[in-house]
Amino acid sequence: MRRRFRPHILVFLAPAVLIYTLVMILPLIGTLNLSLFNRVEGAESFVGLGNFRTLFGDPRWSASFWNALGNNTWFFLIHMLVQNPIGIALAALLSTPGRRFASAYRTAIFVPTILSFVIVGFAWKLILSPIWGIAPTMLASVGLKSLFAPWLGQEASALTTLALISVWQFVGIPMMLIYAALLSIPEELIEAAELDGITGFAQFRKIKLPLILPAVGIVSILTFVGNFNAFDLIYVTQGALAGPNFATDILGTFLYRTFFGFQLQLGDPHMGATIASVMFLIILGGVCLYLFGVQTRLRRYQF
Amino acid sequence: MTFNAFDGSFAVPIRTLGALGLLVAAGSAASAEDVTLTIESWRNDDLTIWQDKIIPEFEASHPGIRLRFNPTAPTEYNAALNAKLDAGTAGDLITCRPFDASLQLFEKGQITDLTAMPEMENFGPVAKAGWSTDDGSQTFCVPIASVIHGFIYNRDAFAELGLTPPRTEAEFFAVLDKIKADGTYIPMAMGTNDQWEAATMGYQNIGPNYWHGEEGRLALIAGTQKLTDDDWVQPFREIAKWKPYLGDGFEAQTYPDSQNLFTLGRAAIYPAGSWEIAGFGEQAAFDLGAFPPPLPAEGDTCYISDHVDIAMGMNAKTAHPEAAKAFLAWVASPEFATIYSNALPGFFSLATAPVELDNDLAKEFVSWRETCQSTIRSTYQILSRGTPNLENETWTASANVIRGTETPEEAAARLQEGLASWYAPQQGN
Repeated sequence: MRRRFRPHILVFLAPAVLIYTLVMILPLIGTLNLSLFNRVEGAESFVGLGNFRTLFGDPRWSASFWNALGNNTWFFLIHMLVQNPIGIALAALLSTPGRRFASAYRTAIFVPTILSFVIVGFAWKLILSPIWGIAPTMLASVGLKSLFAPWLGQEASALTTLALISVWQFVGIPMMLIYAALLSIPEELIEAAELDGITGFAQFRKIKLPLILPAVGIVSILTFVGNFNAFDLIYVTQGALAGPNFATDILGTFLYRTFFGFQLQLGDPHMGATIASVMFLIILGGVCLYLFGVQTRLRRYQF
Repeated sequence: MTFNAFDGSFAVPIRTLGALGLLVAAGSAASAEDVTLTIESWRNDDLTIWQDKIIPEFEASHPGIRLRFNPTAPTEYNAALNAKLDAGTAGDLITCRPFDASLQLFEKGQITDLTAMPEMENFGPVAKAGWSTDDGSQTFCVPIASVIHGFIYNRDAFAELGLTPPRTEAEFFAVLDKIKADGTYIPMAMGTNDQWEAATMGYQNIGPNYWHGEEGRLALIAGTQKLTDDDWVQPFREIAKWKPYLGDGFEAQTYPDSQNLFTLGRAAIYPAGSWEIAGFGEQAAFDLGAFPPPLPAEGDTCYISDHVDIAMGMNAKTAHPEAAKAFLAWVASPEFATIYSNALPGFFSLATAPVELDNDLAKEFVSWRETCQSTIRSTYQILSRGTPNLENETWTASANVIRGTETPEEAAARLQEGLASWYAPQQGN
């Protein structure tokens, strides 16, 4: 039997669809469109995939691009390997019943998340500063001054340092999401496990972890999208040239430099849009991979 | 894009407030026929100087014209100005960045051709070069000021250690060695974290002595010299020798760090631009001195980077072209040059007529113009038009060379290869 058309559905959908189209879909199409044009002999003209050929084919453009993509991947890996496990561990600790000051810890760990990048970048730059920073003094007070290095200024360590600063700032988000997931596990399940003699870490690994896997999946995909769109922290601490020697250049800073220009370099909206489109495709690909490859296989448990 | 949108949404209320403030301040003196001109600028540091010194002088001698100085943060200026000009909301007078940023505005017809202004005769060709078409036939901004590079030093520290300002490169390193051996002071305050310090205060500061100022700069533009020539590699070799004299952890030292190290008296020498004069004068509790970039050998001609930095042009869409032109004529006058150069020591008038200065350190800097040949930064005219951008590449290269992660020869070869990849005169030789 065919259902009667119900016009009020359209009315309810309209605001969201309109606003989303206006602020998300149209600009996105505009960007994709802009990436297919370029200035040829002073006039805007359609160049098809020419900009993409330049980006991947020209040795200089492609070197910058692959450098930024490689750095971005490393930035993401650190978040996946450090931020998310710590977030899960913190959530597990905080959700065990009877822990004192649990909500105080929860708040304290979450607070950096709401701070501005400018404040975080500035504060950490001061902490790690070889001249005024407290890091060298603290290390010196325990006799480990030799371990100190100007981490943000060295090619080998700058990106990892920034990634860890970002982890410090954002570890509260996976913690909160996982914490909520852990709280939604019914008491009966935990009690049943305890009766079967599964407690402590084994209980977490065998009972709780499988139940929170969907939340872990969501956290991973949020981390992926967030990291491949990252820009602020690097821009604030290292500037648009992402020094030293582009060691901290990620796709966001590369896009900014290209699109808006920098110092004497004039902005190039077409190549900028090209990079933005590639970023969009990378993120789209990653999200699709997750949605179709991982999420469909995650088992959901009905309580 | 987001930056512009952000900018715009806040600019409106602030601007309205500013206008209200002006109206209140002007009180009954403002008659209905008064024309108000708005000046766009990136010099937000100079707001009080404009309001307290420059604007009252102008308004006193030009009844009927009122001025409003409307600065933006330096890093946002170019983007904000472009957006305002495109939208038709920019002020009547535009402070001009040197070379391509302003040239682009002129080519788009957004700022007016000022070649015919009789007051342009007050300026020499080098002063006008920053705001002229490549062939020099049209000038579109009135030159205001340049900045000079050199080294500022702590006079008290030098007296304490029995040092005299070095004249040659050999003396320079001898002085640095003595400061280092004594250990009280960091010999030189410079970091590579921000990269531009290394290029601007390092490479462009000492470079003109090696590439012989304008001669080398123009030869590079003409394609008869290359960045891999000895004259261009030598400055890199010099700054590569600076590393042992910089502070601990200079790799992560930022520009404000360097300024503070010096003004707090912890470092003895500061590779400088003259724009530091006013700030250092206020902050340092010791006597300041300055010396020009050391000569490669005794008796060589000295060259200084006397870089054209700031000028003023007229928005082509201004509603009050006559009033704006009257202001520009005043900006080109010796009267303005005197007020400006003394209000902002370290920004030196580009007018050919000499200006009497009060600040001793500024006098020291400007005195080098008499004994040395002036040039501008090598990468600014024409050579930073393509991709890769030579100026930005020079920042990275200079920082790499000082940190020792790239040899001077490698850095020069990389810059040359990048330049030759898009700049025709550098190809095929």
